[in-house]
Amino acid sequence: MSLLNREEAEALIQEVLEVYPEKAKKDRAKHLMVNDKAITQSKKCITSNRKSVPGVMTQRGCAYAGARGVVWGPFKDIIAISHGPIGCGQYSRGGRRNYFAGTSGIDSFCDVMFSSDFQEKDVVFGGDKKLAKLIDEVEGLFPLSKALSVQSECPIGLIGDDIEAVSKKKAAEIGKTIVPVRCEGFRGVSQSLGHHISNDAIRDWIISNRDGKLEPGGPYDVAILGDYNIGGDAWASRILLEEMGLNVVAQWSGDGTIAEIENTPKVKLNLLHCYRSMNYIARHMEEKYGIPWLEYNFFGPSKIAASLREIASHFDDTIKEGAERVIAKYKPAMDAIIAKFRPRLEGKKVMLYVGGLRPRHTVGAYEDLGMEVIGAGYEFAHNDDYDRTMHDLKDTTLIYDDATGYELEEFVRQLKPDLVGSGIKEKYTFHKMGVPFRQLHSWDYSGPYHGFDGFAVFARDMDMAVNNPCWTLFKAPWQKPAESTAEAEAA
Amino acid sequence: MANIMIRKGDRGYVFYMPKRDIEDSIVSMEFDSPEKWGGEIKLGNGGIYYIEPQTAPARLPYSLRARRIDGVE
Repeated sequence: MSLLNREEAEALIQEVLEVYPEKAKKDRAKHLMVNDKAITQSKKCITSNRKSVPGVMTQRGCAYAGARGVVWGPFKDIIAISHGPIGCGQYSRGGRRNYFAGTSGIDSFCDVMFSSDFQEKDVVFGGDKKLAKLIDEVEGLFPLSKALSVQSECPIGLIGDDIEAVSKKKAAEIGKTIVPVRCEGFRGVSQSLGHHISNDAIRDWIISNRDGKLEPGGPYDVAILGDYNIGGDAWASRILLEEMGLNVVAQWSGDGTIAEIENTPKVKLNLLHCYRSMNYIARHMEEKYGIPWLEYNFFGPSKIAASLREIASHFDDTIKEGAERVIAKYKPAMDAIIAKFRPRLEGKKVMLYVGGLRPRHTVGAYEDLGMEVIGAGYEFAHNDDYDRTMHDLKDTTLIYDDATGYELEEFVRQLKPDLVGSGIKEKYTFHKMGVPFRQLHSWDYSGPYHGFDGFAVFARDMDMAVNNPCWTLFKAPWQKPAESTAEAEAA
Repeated sequence: MANIMIRKGDRGYVFYMPKRDIEDSIVSMEFDSPEKWGGEIKLGNGGIYYIEPQTAPARLPYSLRARRIDGVE
């Protein structure tokens, strides 16, 4: 049963929109809707991937964040050089907790920050010389890196530096791949364009490196695309695929390497977890190398089982049996987890506001725990994401695109969910409002959440947040109702 | 003119335009034979695009240029 009926939900949206000036109100109205499963085409009722209204507190990031932080950051043996002023590099370093196996600063560089530290004179006279010098220094200090990428920050595009030329020249000199990525922060409306630019850069500069030189792959080779190994997610997914008999050739990009990218064209099937950030390269590989791709969902046992069966349906009977074996093997453990946590979480209401994927992917996991998603929204999703979202959510679920700080607060105040799942920027607002909260970008310093092993952690974390005793201590003693104070005095 | 990609879905052709993230089924295609392929294509969302008629691509998906004639963007 949903919390609101359709009229109430529509009325709530109208009420929230009331505070905006006329023009902003008209604009924001297009981004808010009440879910209706009868609608198959989202664009008729929701607008997405548009510029945020000036003056509101949007939660979005920039193209540089999408490229440096999301796609390029987790590759462990590619040094991502933040080319530009120092701040962007420093604040995008390692905060996402994409784990890797390796020795930091020797052969892995996920949590090391490289920046060209642009100064006024570099803006005036151009920074190409500085970049060339930086690449020489990096090569001298960290000779075991396998490749470099140049992540441009805003000034690079504004002053028109030719990072492509420098990259080509230096790549020839040091004999490594150097990828210039034109991900200046001002491009596009959100980090989503950064994902696209990164995908295009991988397509143009890396993926064809071994064309014609690749050994033919085995019959069960697959690649994991769009899993960033946050808290070990990709590892929890990988063991399931390997257990059912598949051979995982590459991880994009959590704990991934450049050799894995170059070897991806020989796989038989691309498995796409984060559709929003990696569908571009999957489509490219489908066209160029004829590799089909498949979206899967490793959140919650029922979705995992469905995904494993769907993946297996692309292979022969050994893999199909393997999938059933894996599902049967983990079933007792999953039943035990659900038996333990479901009674504590049954009927609790959740509101989600995450990036471009999780508002729809985690719904199954919450439903396995008996929880209900009453509101969901994306920061930077596109229309095709909403097409995929609407049939996963219940009717009359509130959907909000690029929600502003004010809208989120107001929706939470009125709907009173038992749990909010969003990012670090929203976390403390909701804590102060007395609403249990979990970060769904970086798993609140926990994880993994993918796979069967991840579900155990997920269920425990949600229980810890929702049923934490601290929420009962929220009222100050002098704000308690008078009678209880009187009783206390009597005692 | 815009770059589009045509791929084979479960039910006929699927239209995809990366620039605008439009993904939709192709309801009808003017010419659909190995020798002559393309022409006016109608999408599920009501959009109409035009592809220069050509010999059918040997393999799908296939990227090509298309012109928007009418309909939603």
